[in-house]
Amino acid sequence: MGSSSSNLNTIPNSQELMQETGFSAAHLLRLYERFEFLDKDNKGHLRPEDFEAVQELSTNPIGDIIIGSFFSPGQETVDFPSFVRILAHFRPAEKNRTRDGAQPEPANSSTGKLKFAFQLYDRDRDGKISREELLQVLRAMLEMQVTEEQLESMAERAIQEADLDEDDAISFDEFKKSLEKVNIDHKMSIHFMK
Amino acid sequence: MAACGRTRLWLLVSLVLVSPATGREAQFRSNHPDHPGEHEANLTGIPITSFKWEHVETPYLVALWVLVCFLCKLVIEANHHVTEYIPESALLICCGFILGGMIWGADKVQTFTLTPRVFFFYLLPQIILDAGYSMPNKLFFTNLGGILVYAIIGTCWNAASLGLSLWGCHKGGAMGKAYLALRCWRGETRSCSGPWSPSLCPSVPPSIYPSVPLFLRPFVPPFLRPSVSHVLCLRPAGDIEIGLLQYLLFGSLLAAVDPVAVLAVFEQVHVNEVLFIMVFGESLLNDGVTVVLFNVFDAFVTLGGAKINAAEIVKGIISFFVVAFGGSLLGFVFGLLISLLTRCTKKIQIIEPGFIFVLGYLAYLTAEMLSLSAILSITFCGICCQKYMNSNMDESSVQTVKYAIKVFANGSETMIFVFLGISAIDKTIWVWNTGFILLTLLFIMVYRIMGVFFLTWILNRTRLVPIEFIDQIIMSYGGLRGAVAYGLAVMLDETKIKEKNLMISTTLIVVYFTVIFQGVTLKPLVQWLKVKRASHSELTLIEKLQNRAFEHTLVAIEDISGQIGHNYMRDKWNKFEEKYMSWFLMKPSARKKQDRLFNAFHQLNLKDAMNYVDEGERRGSLEFIRNEGAFIDFKKKFDDEMSEAMPDIMADMSDDHGRAPPKRRDTVPSVSLELHEQSMRGNRAAEDFNSHHLLQQHLYKGRKQHRHRYSRSHFDINKDENEVQEIFQRTMKSRLESFKSGKMGVAPPKTITKHTKKEQQSKMLNGKNRSYLSGDEDFEFSEGDSASGYDASFPTRVAYRAGDGIENPAFMPDVDPSSTMHIPPWLADVELDSVAPSQRAQVRLPWTPGDLRRLSSLRTSVRSSDSFQLTDDRQGDRDELPPPPPPPPRRDGDSV
Repeated sequence: MGSSSSNLNTIPNSQELMQETGFSAAHLLRLYERFEFLDKDNKGHLRPEDFEAVQELSTNPIGDIIIGSFFSPGQETVDFPSFVRILAHFRPAEKNRTRDGAQPEPANSSTGKLKFAFQLYDRDRDGKISREELLQVLRAMLEMQVTEEQLESMAERAIQEADLDEDDAISFDEFKKSLEKVNIDHKMSIHFMK
Repeated sequence: MAACGRTRLWLLVSLVLVSPATGREAQFRSNHPDHPGEHEANLTGIPITSFKWEHVETPYLVALWVLVCFLCKLVIEANHHVTEYIPESALLICCGFILGGMIWGADKVQTFTLTPRVFFFYLLPQIILDAGYSMPNKLFFTNLGGILVYAIIGTCWNAASLGLSLWGCHKGGAMGKAYLALRCWRGETRSCSGPWSPSLCPSVPPSIYPSVPLFLRPFVPPFLRPSVSHVLCLRPAGDIEIGLLQYLLFGSLLAAVDPVAVLAVFEQVHVNEVLFIMVFGESLLNDGVTVVLFNVFDAFVTLGGAKINAAEIVKGIISFFVVAFGGSLLGFVFGLLISLLTRCTKKIQIIEPGFIFVLGYLAYLTAEMLSLSAILSITFCGICCQKYMNSNMDESSVQTVKYAIKVFANGSETMIFVFLGISAIDKTIWVWNTGFILLTLLFIMVYRIMGVFFLTWILNRTRLVPIEFIDQIIMSYGGLRGAVAYGLAVMLDETKIKEKNLMISTTLIVVYFTVIFQGVTLKPLVQWLKVKRASHSELTLIEKLQNRAFEHTLVAIEDISGQIGHNYMRDKWNKFEEKYMSWFLMKPSARKKQDRLFNAFHQLNLKDAMNYVDEGERRGSLEFIRNEGAFIDFKKKFDDEMSEAMPDIMADMSDDHGRAPPKRRDTVPSVSLELHEQSMRGNRAAEDFNSHHLLQQHLYKGRKQHRHRYSRSHFDINKDENEVQEIFQRTMKSRLESFKSGKMGVAPPKTITKHTKKEQQSKMLNGKNRSYLSGDEDFEFSEGDSASGYDASFPTRVAYRAGDGIENPAFMPDVDPSSTMHIPPWLADVELDSVAPSQRAQVRLPWTPGDLRRLSSLRTSVRSSDSFQLTDDRQGDRDELPPPPPPPPRRDGDSV
C-alpha cells in the first residue's frame, strides 16, 4: 500500500528493525502509531510517565515492574527501536524460522522470552533473583491478600524450589530449569503479533 | 480362571434377580395393578402378611436394575487386565447384550429398553451436570472459539453431508434389499402401511436369519432364530422408502458427537488437555445444534417437501440461535440462582449440597419445557455456579457435592451403556440393510475426518497454538456417537418415517461401532501416534508464580501496545467478575481469601506434610524422628512442612477466641478441576479417607464413648465442657509422663508448657469452643458450623498423620481438641482485634511460617529452647537465620 510504505519511511531504520524483530511492516506501523500516541508531546522517546498514562496499566499489579523493564538501567527514556525490541519478545515463535548461527538469538525464542521474564524479577540486573526481588514481585501480585510473613514463606519456598546451587538466589539457568515444563512459547506470546 | 468363575457366578446371580422380575412384569402387565383391594376383599380374616408385588412393582424394578447395572460395573472393574485394553463403556454394552439375551430368553420379548423419556429425563441430566460442574473453566473458555466452530459448523456439516450422501447413494441404488422383520402376532391382520400387505407375510418367515450365511446359522442364539409364535412380515426386495428430508433428519440425529460416550472413552485415555477439551466441549455444545436440526427436519418431514420455503428455513436458523443461546442463558440464570442460594445456607448446611442437584435439574427441565437446549442449559448452570458454590458452601458440603455428583453421573452412565446393550436384543427393531448400515458407518467416519481437518485448517490460521496434525486425527477418530443419537432415533415418529426401525438399527450399529470398536482402538492409536498426553498438573510454586506473572505481563503488554487481545478481554472479565459478580454471589467471608496463588502454596505445603508423614510412617516412627540422618528427599521444603506437619503442637498454642477461623476455600481453583485430573483428585480423596481413617483410629476416646445423639439437621458435636476438660487434663498428664520417660535429651521448655496450659484453660473458660469434636469419633470432619468446618478438619487431619508417624501414643490424645482450635495466623489476623497484641503474639507463636523457620534453625543448632520466646518479636532477626530445619516431629517433643 502506498500510504503505509510512505509511513514506513517515517520510521527510522524500519528495515533493520523489521529484520531484527521479525515484525511485518503492518505490525511495525501499528506499533509506531501506538508509540506516537503514547508519546504525547512528540519527544521521540517515551518516559515512564508516558506509560503510566495508560489507564489499564495503572490497575495492573505488576504494571510498574513491566514499565521498568522497558528502560535499560540508568536510562530515563526509551526510543522506538528499543520499544519494538522489547515488544518483539511477545511475538509467537515461528516453527520454521531458519536460524543461521551468526544471528543472535531472536527475542521471541523461548530463551528470549524467558530472559525478559527473568528481568522482570531481576531489577538490579545482577543475573540473580534475590529473595528481596522475588518478594517485591510477590508483594505486588498478591496485593493485600496475604500477610508479610506469608509472602516471605512463599518467596522462601519459591527460591528453594528453583535454587539448585543453594546460594539463596535464582540464577537465570535455575530459573530456566524450574520453568522447563512450562510452555513458554504459549504463555509469553501475544496473538495479534503473529 | 477365577475371573471366569466370578463372571459365571455373577451371571447366575443376576439371572436369579432378573428373571423372576421380568417374568412377573410380563405377567402383571396384563392385569390391572390399580386395584390392590380387590383380592383382599375375598379374605375373611386379617392377613398376617401378604405378597403385594404390583404395589411395589415399578420402584422395585428400577431399584433392581440400578443394582444389576452397578453389579455389572463391579464385575467389569474387578478384571483389571481387561479394562486396560477395552474401555469400560464397551464392556458395559456387552454386559447389556448378555442381560438382554437373558430377558429375551425369559420373556420372548424385550421388556426393558432404553426409552427416550427415561434417558433424557432421568439418566442424562446428572452426567451433563457433572460435566459442567467439573468443567475446567479457564481451559474451556480459552478454547471456546474453536469448540463452537466444531460444535456448530462441524455438526451441521456432519448432518448435511451424511444425509445428502445417503440420499445420493439411495438414488444411485446402493441400498439394495432390506430384510425387514415386522412382527405380527398370530392371527392379527396387521395393517402394514405403504408397500406392506398382510398377504406378503409368509407363515413362519425368518427375520435377520436369512441374511446370516448358512455356516453361521448354528451360532445364532436361539432367541434370535425365528420363533413359531410370531408371524413375521418379510419385506420384499426393493428400495427402502426414505426421502431426502428423512435422510437429513437421520443425518442430524447421527451428527452429534455424544458427551457420554466421549467422556467414558477419553477419561481412560489421558490425552493433552486442549485436545480433550476440544472433543469434549464440542460434544457438549453440539447439543444445541442437534436439537435444532432434529426439530427443524422433523418439522420439515411433517410439513412435507412442498411446503418448505425460504421463510421456514429462516425460521429454522433463528430457532437455532434461540434454542442455543436461550438454553445457555437459562442455565446461566439458574447457575446464578444456585450461587445466590448457597450464599445464605449457613443455617441449613445439611441440605445445602442438594441445591445444585435440584436447581440443575430444574434448569434442565425448564429448558426442555421451553423447548430450548436442555443440555446446554444444565452445562452452563454447572459451569457458572461451580466457583461461587464451592466458595460459599462449607468444605464438607463441597466434598459432598463432588462425590454425590460423581456417584450420580457414573451410575447413570453405567446404566445408559448397559441399557444400550439390552436394547439391542430386540428382534422387533432389527432391520438389516447392509448397504445402508455400511454406508452410514463409512460416511460418518469420512465426513468427520474431512470436517475436522477442514475446520482445524481454518482455526489454525488464527490460533496462537495450532492444533497439531496428530491431534486432528484423534479428534476425528474420537467422534463417538452414543445414547443421545439412539434416544433421538427412538423418538422418531413411526407414522411419518416408515423406516424408523432401520434408522434405529443403524443408529445402534453406529453406536456400537464407535463405542466398542473405536473406543477399543483409540488407546493404542493414541500410543502409537504418540499423542501428547496430559501434561503434569502438579505445578511447583514457582511455576504457578510465574504463570501468574506471565498473565499480568501479557495484559500489560497488550495495554502498552494498544491492542485489544484475548488477554485484555480476559483481564477485563476477571476484573468485572471480581468486582461485581463475586461481590454479589459470594459470601463476604469467602470473598476475602481467594487468592489462587496462595491457595496453591498452601496446598503444596499440605501435600509435603502428608508426604513427610507418610515417609515417617514407612521408615518407622521414632527412629525416623530421632535419627537426624534418616532424612529423606523432601525437596528441601522442610520449614514449610513443619508448619503443616505439626499442627498438633501449634494447636495447643493457637488461639481460640471464640472465633471461627475464616473459611478455607476449595483449595483446587476452578481452573484445575480438570476432568483429566480425576485420578489426581482421586488421590487426594484417598488421602482424605486415609487420614480420616487414621483419625478414627487414634482419636482420643472419651469415657462416654458413643454419645450419639441422632439429629437430622446436625452432625453431632461433643460440646460437653466437662468432658472436654477431662480430656484435656488426662492428655496433658499423659503427655508429660511420656515426655519425662522418653524425649531426646532436650530439656522441656517449661515456659511453653505453662503457656500451653494457660492457653488451654483460657480456652475452657472461653466456652465457645464449638469445635471440640474430638470426643465424637464419628464426625470429626463434620461439624455443623460452616465457618469452622474446613479449617478444623484440615489441620486436624494433618495433625493426625503426624501423630501417627510418631507413634507415640502420648501425643495423640490431645491433638484434636486443640488442633481444631487452630487458626492459621494469617487467616486469623482479621478477626483478632479484640485480643491484646502481646497475648496474640504468644498465642500465635509457632504458627507463623517465619517463626517456624527460625525455630527450626534453633533446633538444628541445639540452642536453648528458651529462645522460643524470641518469637514474640517476630520481625527481628528473621533474615539472618538459615532455613534448614530438623525433622519436624522432634519439635513435637520440645514444645511439651
